[in-house]
Amino acid sequence: MTYLEELENRIERIKKGGKEKYHEANKERGKLFVRKRLELLLDVGMDIEDAFFANCMAEDLPSDGVVTGIGKINGQNVCVMANDSTVKAGSWGKRTVEKILRIQETAMKLGIPMIYLVDSAGARITDQIEMFPGRRGAGRIFHNQIKLSGRVPQVCLLFGPSAAGGAYIPAFCDVVIMVEGNASMYLGSPRMAEKVIGEKVTLEEMGGARMHCTVSGVGDVLVQSEEEAISFARRYLSYFPANFRNKPAAIEAKPPKTADKTITEIIPENQNAPFDMYALIDQVIDEDSFCEIKKEFAKELITGLARINGHSVGIIANQPRVKGGVLFTDSADKAAKFIQLCDAFNIPLLFLTDVPGFMIGTKVEREGIIRHGAKMLFSMSEATVPKISVIVRKAYGAGLYAMAGPAFEPDAVLAFPNAQIAVMGPEAAVNAVHAKRIAELPEEERMAFIKEKQNAYKEEIDVYRLASEMVIDDIIHPDRLREELVKRFDVYADKNVTFTERKHGVYPV
Amino acid sequence: MTKLTAVMAGNVWKIVKNEGDSVSAGEDVVILESMKMEIPIPAETDGVIKELKVKEGDFVNEGDEIAIIE
Repeated sequence: MTYLEELENRIERIKKGGKEKYHEANKERGKLFVRKRLELLLDVGMDIEDAFFANCMAEDLPSDGVVTGIGKINGQNVCVMANDSTVKAGSWGKRTVEKILRIQETAMKLGIPMIYLVDSAGARITDQIEMFPGRRGAGRIFHNQIKLSGRVPQVCLLFGPSAAGGAYIPAFCDVVIMVEGNASMYLGSPRMAEKVIGEKVTLEEMGGARMHCTVSGVGDVLVQSEEEAISFARRYLSYFPANFRNKPAAIEAKPPKTADKTITEIIPENQNAPFDMYALIDQVIDEDSFCEIKKEFAKELITGLARINGHSVGIIANQPRVKGGVLFTDSADKAAKFIQLCDAFNIPLLFLTDVPGFMIGTKVEREGIIRHGAKMLFSMSEATVPKISVIVRKAYGAGLYAMAGPAFEPDAVLAFPNAQIAVMGPEAAVNAVHAKRIAELPEEERMAFIKEKQNAYKEEIDVYRLASEMVIDDIIHPDRLREELVKRFDVYADKNVTFTERKHGVYPV
Repeated sequence: MTKLTAVMAGNVWKIVKNEGDSVSAGEDVVILESMKMEIPIPAETDGVIKELKVKEGDFVNEGDEIAIIE
């Protein structure tokens, strides 16, 4: 064998990954080989791959179980790291960790997105001294992620397990896409849980994709196949610039989806009756441009990327059809992270407000709703991207504040003609102020008294009065919302402000 | 058999479906009133209301059973 033949033989062997039986096992679970995943994810496969020969002196550890390199998504260079679960279950050895660190550092130097294709059993215990505790140990991966956070987009596609410490890779990404049935995250496996704390539980229940995307909120996007995960990631990145110094690229504008009902017809006259906020969103954004984040989690608040007139925009909208659109601990967290995400990458924010306030009662107070609400207010307040708040129907109490109310330096607060902005709604306010009087009145006079006081209250919070006091910037016809937003976002695109000078805030968490 | 539970604390404002009625997934069974808002509680699956565990005016906590659908 010549030395050139040897080179080719070695390349061929390494490219195949682990043993055939592991490839077969993956296939049975609907899992693609790591190189196939990368082929689908990138426009034309990997342009550059480094440390392909990592650990090549060990026959059974091709590339040390991880592929790292650079390729293009939508024409933009991105860094990738992809576990190969056919090699020792994608576990991390010394070189695996070093490869991940180096590609992260490349993403940092080049200012390009970092994509993590995760399918790994975690640390290789036999290599722990080399890969776990040191300066260039696994902890450094998370340190790098935190450094990259907000500088370049970080996306996690979770195709298999992400166990123990490894579960922090998704945790530090901007978005985590999980394949139902295969993806999982957990600090301790079910086997460990049984041994250590005596709990009997299945992997799906404890750390499955559905659980994380609907209950814990650690997952953001639940998909049914790897192909779907990959196409979501490609689409998601199209809304983002390569790094925080740039603005997202605009694409050709599209008119909104044609609908049977106008916005005026969608919103019920009765302030307390539910309606579907998605129908309103459809009429504001370019057709088929909604890329929803955390769709299955805290559904009383909708968060998603979209395009208005071809430009990226982040939408935060109350959903009156779910839990009355009331804000809870989870919805506040959901909003907080989404706002940070958009603000970090210069994506303007649109708040569509129809909120009765934050939930009250013992349960939410014990969960720390004040602390969670504070997170939402904090990130909304800090966001310096163009920010428009539209009061669709009502904005009561701290709900007004959380949805980019006038005090939080939005570029504009617009209201529909039926909007109500107040500390609380008329029913609650009349009860609060006149409770004693109502109780004293004879039964037959009570309703008339309440109605009268409610009407007086409604007049006091009348939207024209608020416009007259310049609390809101404009009252607009609901069916002209889109044109208004197109004009305003276009003008505000030149906004360039710094929130305040300091090292960083003391975040309420 | 599926259990329908309250999504949040509130009062039972309106019973839409009674015991013995059939419902399809997405159809409202009960409407709660909470935070001054109407909170519809729709059936998650097609079926028949086997048992209704609440009456109008009742207070329910998040997670409390509202109905059993068979």
